[in-house]
Formats: sequence, C-alpha cells, structure tokens
Amino acid sequence: MLDELRQTCRRLLQDGAVQAVIGYGRASPDDPAVPVFISKPEDVDQLVWDDRCFANLTKYLSRKEVLSLGKLAICVKGCDERALLVLEKESQIDRSQITVIGLACDGVGQPRLAKCESCDVHMPRRADIVVGKATVPDADAGAKRYAEIEEFLKRTPQDRMAYWKKELSRCVKCYACRQVCPMCYCRQCIVDKNRPVSISTSATLKGNLAWQITRAFHLAGRCVGCDECTRACPAGIDLRLLNLSLAKAAEENFGYRPGMDPDAEPIIGAYSQQDHEEFIR
Amino acid sequence: MNEANVFQPKIIAYVCNWCTYLGADLAGTNRLEYPANVRIIRLPCTGRIDFNLIVKAFERGADAVLVSGCHPGDCHYTAGNYHARRRWILFRQLLETLGIDANRVHFSWISAAEGKKWQQVITEITEKTKALGPYTAYREICQEC
Repeated sequence: MLDELRQTCRRLLQDGAVQAVIGYGRASPDDPAVPVFISKPEDVDQLVWDDRCFANLTKYLSRKEVLSLGKLAICVKGCDERALLVLEKESQIDRSQITVIGLACDGVGQPRLAKCESCDVHMPRRADIVVGKATVPDADAGAKRYAEIEEFLKRTPQDRMAYWKKELSRCVKCYACRQVCPMCYCRQCIVDKNRPVSISTSATLKGNLAWQITRAFHLAGRCVGCDECTRACPAGIDLRLLNLSLAKAAEENFGYRPGMDPDAEPIIGAYSQQDHEEFIR
Repeated sequence: MNEANVFQPKIIAYVCNWCTYLGADLAGTNRLEYPANVRIIRLPCTGRIDFNLIVKAFERGADAVLVSGCHPGDCHYTAGNYHARRRWILFRQLLETLGIDANRVHFSWISAAEGKKWQQVITEITEKTKALGPYTAYREICQEC
C-alpha cells in the first residue's frame, strides 16, 4: 500500500497536477508520524503509512504558508475526510482545487484509539484517489460511538463537576487543543481578544473551565471527532468526552453528524421552526 | 432567622432589546410588582447572547440566569431567536456533561405585551432559586483561583 501511495504522489507531482503533497513522514523511528510537505517527485520516499499516522492533516489546509505552496494534494483517513467536508461546507476550502488521496485505514494506535473502536468510515468515501483496501467495519461498529459519554452521564452531577474540576485544574492554557483542531480556523480566537477580556486568560480553574466550555461549544455540531485535541493535550485531559457529548446532542436532536452527508445542512448557521422547545417557558 | 438573613438570590436576566426588555418595561409602567432579585442586562437579540455571558454570570456570583427574547416568528431580525433556540438545545447538553446545574439556567419567550408574564416568570424563578439555595458549586471554582 505504501508503494502505491508513493507512486500516486510521484505521478501527481511529475504531471504537475499538484505542486505539493501533504502526507505523513517519519522524523524518528519510535515516534508517531509527522506531517511532511513534499514538493519534489524525488522526495516521495519520505512518505510513510502505518498505524502511527495519527495527525489530521486537514488542519494545514487553512495555513497561509501551506496554501502558498501551490495546488495541493492531501492524504486523509476516512475520519479526517469528514473534516474536509465540514471545511468545504463552511467555505474554508475550495474542494475542486484540492486533490484528496484517501487512505484505507483499519484504525491507528497500539492499542487502537478510542475513536477507531467505533469507526464506521474505514474507507474514505469522497476522495479523488483511494489507496489500499480496508476491512469492512462491523455493522454495529457505529452503535458504540457514544458509549463513553453515556457511561459518564450516569454519574451524579456533583460527581461530573468534581471530575472536570480535577481534570481541568491540570490545563496549562497552551491552546494546543485549538492549534491542532481543523475546525479552529478563526483568524483571531476569542481568547486572544483582550478588549474586553471575555474569558480569563490565566491558567486557573476558572479560566480553564470557561475556555473549555467555549472551545467545546464553538465546535458543537462541527466537531468530526478526530480526537486530535485529546492527543495533543500535554496534560492528558480527556477532551474527547466533551466533544462526544455535543456530538451526541447534535445527532439526537437534529439527526446530524458533521462531515458525513454532503447534502445535509450544517446545524449551526441553519435552523428549523420545528426545533423542540419544551424547556423554554 | 430574621428578615435580613433570608437568602436573596442574585438572578441575571439577559434579555433582548425588542421583546422581553419592553415586556419588563411594561411590567414597570403597569406597576406590577416582582422580586427585586433580578438584574436585567439588555442585548440586541437572543441570537447575540453568547454562552460566555452565562458562564461569566456564574463566575461573578449569580445564583440563576434567565435568557429571554421574542417568541418564535416575532424576532426583530427575523430569525435570531430560532438560531438561539438551536444553540440552547446543544448548550444544555454541555451543561449536563459538566455537571453545571441546569435548573439554574432558564429560558423564556416574553413579548413586549407580556408584562404580566415577565412578573410571573421572575417571581417563579426567584422562588425556585430560593428553594435551591445559593449556587456555590461554580463560585467555589472561582474562589480557588
């Protein structure tokens, strides 16, 4: 599969169909794959593909310095591809200008990441070129996707609050969760606005909680569950849980999963007169 | 317990400029009495009500928050309240996950003609919050900093 990937990329670069390929490379043998930006056909041997290719490379499509490389090809797994669709829907990328190389994926990480356990998109569905073959996911694979949050919600509210207090007290406000998120593309993030300061910027529990509420909520109905925030977090905070809870709410209330259906209207930015309102007086 | 020691909740009401604010105004001009525990903050539209504002209210010691605006179909900006409603649905789930007491965040539609409803809603929220007691869970977070 790796040979096929390299050949595909070599051909794209040689033909001049693209000026650069965003893919996975290896900086050191023991570490997870790093993003590489290949612009010469002879460099395609730097590309790798294995179960340590975690990064969601779609993040780089909103970076100025990457866009300046010219016409791009990007390697995506089935899960990352969902982010592409959301970015396209939000007019952040011009899909017709990007060559998408889909990588068949049976899950990454040893042991497999939590998101891979309930993954139902082993094969990219809308890629221009698909490399490799993946196993067909179990029919009930997707059914377990909210299992963690459902389990968490069984705890008492006091218990849940105590959990977040304990977890978020470790946050150092490095904003890695934001930097790595393909959906966090705002030119100026609300936490960087200081007139007025709406979210305390200090790394105290108060500021951390306000920041995580904001981050999670700005991703409501948009997060594709790539779990890059959780992987990037140096404090090991399970941000996945917060994102899952909003993904669950989006699916339960609006039947919407971000990045799955190209014809579905994104739920944030649209509305329906039929939205339920039994909680409003 | 004498009267001065009775718990008086602090309630923050984020209201839209076009309906609920005028509803509250009407309650005033009609001399309708309602508890003085509510602090009204006027915003252009419920669609403008950022959830950081709710968080901020709790940070600064609110015991309950009310968000109120125009009835569906009445929005001055056509659809601000529809967008807001959709966000509230999702926000309530986030509150639940974080263990923030959802009984302390209230939503309502009150039109400019519903001074009476404003009186009722505020009275009810005040009574309910009095029964729940002070909201210390969030305040503790802020004191630990």
